[in-house]
Amino acid sequence: MFSFCIRHLPALLIAAPLFTAFVVPLAGRLGSRVRAAWVALGAFATAGIGFALAAKVLGSGPVTYVFGALDHAQTLGAAAAFPIRIMFEVDAFSALMILISSLSSLAITIYSLAAESRQSGLDIFYAMLFLLVAGVLGMVATGDLFNFFVFLEISSLAGAALVAYRIDEGVAVEAGLKYALLSTIGALSVLIAIGILFAQYNALNLAAVASRLQFGTLDKIALVLLAVPLAMKAGAVPMHFWTPDSYAAAPSSVTAFLVVSSQASLYALFRILYTLYGHLLQFSWVTFGWFLIILGVLSAFVGVTMALTQKDVKRLMAYHSVSQTGYMLLGAGVALAVLGNAEALAAFGKTALAGALFHMFNNALYKGLLFLTAGAVFYRTGTRNLDRLGGLGHTMPWTMAFFMIGALAIAGIPPFNGFASKLLIYESVYRLSPFLSILAMVVSILTLASFVKVFHAMFLGPPRAEYAEAREVPRPMLAGMAILAAFVVLIGLLPRPFNDHMIAPAVEALLDRVGYIATILGGS
Amino acid sequence: MQMTKIVRTTADLFYPFCLTFGLYVVLHGHLSPGGGFQGGAVMATGIALLLVSRHYADITRYIRKNAMSLCEAVGLLMFIVLGLSGLVLGGSFLQNHLAGSGSWLFGSTVGPGPDPGTLATSGTVALLNLAVGIEVFGGLSIILLYMLSGLEEDTP
Repeated sequence: MFSFCIRHLPALLIAAPLFTAFVVPLAGRLGSRVRAAWVALGAFATAGIGFALAAKVLGSGPVTYVFGALDHAQTLGAAAAFPIRIMFEVDAFSALMILISSLSSLAITIYSLAAESRQSGLDIFYAMLFLLVAGVLGMVATGDLFNFFVFLEISSLAGAALVAYRIDEGVAVEAGLKYALLSTIGALSVLIAIGILFAQYNALNLAAVASRLQFGTLDKIALVLLAVPLAMKAGAVPMHFWTPDSYAAAPSSVTAFLVVSSQASLYALFRILYTLYGHLLQFSWVTFGWFLIILGVLSAFVGVTMALTQKDVKRLMAYHSVSQTGYMLLGAGVALAVLGNAEALAAFGKTALAGALFHMFNNALYKGLLFLTAGAVFYRTGTRNLDRLGGLGHTMPWTMAFFMIGALAIAGIPPFNGFASKLLIYESVYRLSPFLSILAMVVSILTLASFVKVFHAMFLGPPRAEYAEAREVPRPMLAGMAILAAFVVLIGLLPRPFNDHMIAPAVEALLDRVGYIATILGGS
Repeated sequence: MQMTKIVRTTADLFYPFCLTFGLYVVLHGHLSPGGGFQGGAVMATGIALLLVSRHYADITRYIRKNAMSLCEAVGLLMFIVLGLSGLVLGGSFLQNHLAGSGSWLFGSTVGPGPDPGTLATSGTVALLNLAVGIEVFGGLSIILLYMLSGLEEDTP
């Protein structure tokens, strides 16, 4: 039984959240306690499967899974002229993303069991939440381009429904519609790009397309059609305008997972740049690397300056997520810019990429934590307006402590996890261009300034009469925040084991384009 | 809103045929154009016919949102259970373990040579189509019920 489960982990990774989502409406008919128990069970099962799969991949190399085949391990082989099987390919980079998603989804589901218990329509809420989880897990695990599109759509539609879940005088519905519209335009663009690639290479399998890619004009068009919508879904700056609306309107637990969903898009962007196009025309990759760098610097700087002026705490945090995405794009862009130069890649390119991937992991943790604390404050006070909040430190000490941990981590203060990944990015980016590194540090300082303001506005000052009733939030909400906070502190104190055993293999996997192809097609 | 007797009678007569044809499209998904989604949509058209021809309140006495959302959940559940059955009884998730197995349930073997196939040769495909059909029927009917629930307020 145990070995059976281990063999089928990639299928169970998708099947478990889908099964949970589909049973929720039936469980809801039996009462809210049954539903809560079922949702908790599903969350633990999904996270457990995710952890087990990631451990297996990090321990013994990439795992492939062929759906609908007599033998799930039977990949295509070099002779396969028509690689038409639907398959998952989970390498160390996917494993890292699966870890992020599993950890966040667990913390968020526990949190929302208490946070959303006063709302109606919970059957749909949990069904959509698990569909979103399934979509994100599918996006990071799949080894097939069309399959990726399907999972992108699943996560977009579930995300849009969840953004519009709290009908707040039409604000949430508008935000949800905006998210759905932009996601659909993005997904259509991705679909056209996949069509272009399929028309030329007769394959949808990522490895098969990568092995056949010629990099002609059509491929360049496909590259743009893939890169731009994925950067938009990740919230990079010229296309960031949907993030503040959606992140502010969605329930906080959902916002925390929308961050992970954005990072799944970022994963896809990196996967396409490094694995699908990687080796081709390495001299011209300098230009595309700089495209990512410019996008990253813009996101980091514009995001943080927009955040400084916000009064709505969740809009403020949403602009900070745009800013943090900038760091990841910057790190990955530096590595991409020197991809053709083995010496520079070994000297600082790999460190930059490690910083970017480490920052993705860290960002999901502390950003999720911050959104959850904002949700906790909203849960007790009913407002997100910083001008009307104040003095909550007296009555909500745990929430304040968690907020402090998150805020110091996002500002890159040691000993919290944000420092570890930002240091890697500063050091390596400095080698390419000192100016970029200094700009990144300035952004970090502005982030700190912004969060000092938020901390002061929400928690400090004398207790306010209108929030005299405010108490600490229920235990499940504290538990959800505590899971994320524990990892923020743990990684901050011991970054090296995480870096060596999770991030470094992910960097190697992302740079090893030939290895990714060979896993599916056999040695070429 | 209630339409004339002619429209109502036509809709009543047409309704069972609509459902039957929808079910036909669903079950023959592996042989002819169509399949679960298309057939489910045809079935939901029957609901739409009834809805536009009669008072909303009259129809919802027979066709309830509750039952339709149950249809949706059951269809989805059936799909995922069939997928998991492939994992347990076959080699991988969604593996077609019934095809060619000789089982009474769509398991007939297909002879060699050009063969259009029969309903009984599909294996789990027909069952998956059925699951999708039930799900789409329920889901689209709910959408129609919600969208057309605003109609009664327009007419006195």
